[in-house]
Amino acid sequence: MKLSRIIANTGEWLSGSGPHDQIVVSSRVRLARNLKGKPFPGWAKKSERVAVLEEIRGAVEQLPEMEESFSEKLEDLSPLEKQVLVERHLISREHAAKSAGSAVVMNTAQTLSFMINEEDHLRMQAIRAGLQLDEVFAMINQADSELEESLDFAFHDDLGYLTACPTNVGTGMRASAMLHLPGLVMSEQVNKIINSVNKIGLAVRGLHGEGTEAMGNLFQVSNQTTLGEAEEEIIGRLNKVISQILEHEQNARQILLQRRAETLLDQIGRAYGILCHAHSVTSKEALNLLSFIKMGVDLGLFPAKNRLQVDELFIETQPAHLQKGLQTTKLGAEERDSLRAALIRAKLKQMPEPEIGKIPTGSATTLPSEES
Amino acid sequence: MFCDVCKTKEATVFLTQIVEGKMQKVNLCESCSKEKGVNDPTGFALADLLLGLGAAQEIDKNPAGGRCPVCGFSQVDFKKTGRLGCSACYDAFAEGLTGMLKNMHRGLVHAGKVPAKLAVERRRTQELVRLEEGLARAIADEHFEEAAGLRDKIRHLTTEKAVPDEVNRMAAISDKMEASASPASKAGKKS
Repeated sequence: MKLSRIIANTGEWLSGSGPHDQIVVSSRVRLARNLKGKPFPGWAKKSERVAVLEEIRGAVEQLPEMEESFSEKLEDLSPLEKQVLVERHLISREHAAKSAGSAVVMNTAQTLSFMINEEDHLRMQAIRAGLQLDEVFAMINQADSELEESLDFAFHDDLGYLTACPTNVGTGMRASAMLHLPGLVMSEQVNKIINSVNKIGLAVRGLHGEGTEAMGNLFQVSNQTTLGEAEEEIIGRLNKVISQILEHEQNARQILLQRRAETLLDQIGRAYGILCHAHSVTSKEALNLLSFIKMGVDLGLFPAKNRLQVDELFIETQPAHLQKGLQTTKLGAEERDSLRAALIRAKLKQMPEPEIGKIPTGSATTLPSEES
Repeated sequence: MFCDVCKTKEATVFLTQIVEGKMQKVNLCESCSKEKGVNDPTGFALADLLLGLGAAQEIDKNPAGGRCPVCGFSQVDFKKTGRLGCSACYDAFAEGLTGMLKNMHRGLVHAGKVPAKLAVERRRTQELVRLEEGLARAIADEHFEEAAGLRDKIRHLTTEKAVPDEVNRMAAISDKMEASASPASKAGKKS
């Protein structure tokens, strides 16, 4: 199957639904595995990497869940195609930088993806919409159990699964959830939350993981440690923390509605105004403003049927996605910004203006008089 | 809150690690965190540069100039890349790694999934150890009936996946047991 056919559709994690999917954008679990007796990719010779690639790729393609899948060597993907996969969180930025000796295999639903010869011989992930860490773990655990029938993974009696980097040794698992937290950001509570999450050995990061900025009020929460706890314990801990953050975000939104409804409406209205009329928007600005539109949908200011449209814009306005339909050479930043603005204008035109009368607030005094 | 390094810019990156049972916190601004390599997904640079305990320091506990006998990866390579060369590096650099893993993780022993192939083998090995201990105790206490039962269980476990050496050894034990049991009344059960 061709990549263009796969990326023509948005992945299940974006278009699908799941518990608490208004705030929890997606849940993801990845497992790191290496073949027994083979040097790790970073230290292996090219011929060794190619041999590992062939062995793992064959096994992955045989999996029943990968019957409808896309499989390609990284050297055969264009930089733009790789970037599209990064923006969809289907491969890592590190993997996109690889060429000969690396490959990616993913299913058409884009819920499962296998990176071969990233930092480890195999990094496999499952990703779905909403808060479903248990479900995505079950999916990827199943794939792992099937793979270990034909592949011998490096496993140490004390240390568990061995990985190129000691930070992943043990379970080799990184479980994460992408959270949309405009309420906590607006009420300036988010740093406090990040601090306390960090204290208990979990990490909070920006949109694209390690070392990236939090844009569009999107935050990734993930486990930091991999050794000494079972997979289920780690996920249990994460679930508990995410449920708490979720509650804090809901509370923050309620408090904003009650005490600062005017500010909230102003932000959403301004975001809508700018996006409807701007002719040049950077991807950072787009994400930050779309975040307010998304919250507007959550609060009932925009029709629920426009939700997917808004969610898709988060991805469709990313640099590589903007250019994916075009056969031209790579666009410059300015051209991208105007293309992005045009795309957003077109999409928002299909959406009515925010209905401020619909805002579910008790303090009518702060609302304009036209409220019925 | 200001950055702990430059003390001028607002801190946006907050790091907390447990170091030898004590909590250490570091607050950094965007540019200092980049400079200090906090982006580095390994977290090594972090330990190294900020907390002063150092991956580099830990790994130096290994004999100088140490290399992995299997893949030839050296201590210097590890310090440079923060990655290991192969599975065997974990044993080759075990001494230095232990301290580092202790700082990084919640324990030093894997408590999660075990590959099914190994799990069966692992359970059998553990069961064999348990039975053999029981057998030794039973023989020492002259509980020959119990010993015979244990011997049969061990024989069953070891012949399940023919391990000739083990079978021979068990046969020798059971001969010895019978020899020592026969003078006693009815304990020795013919097998």
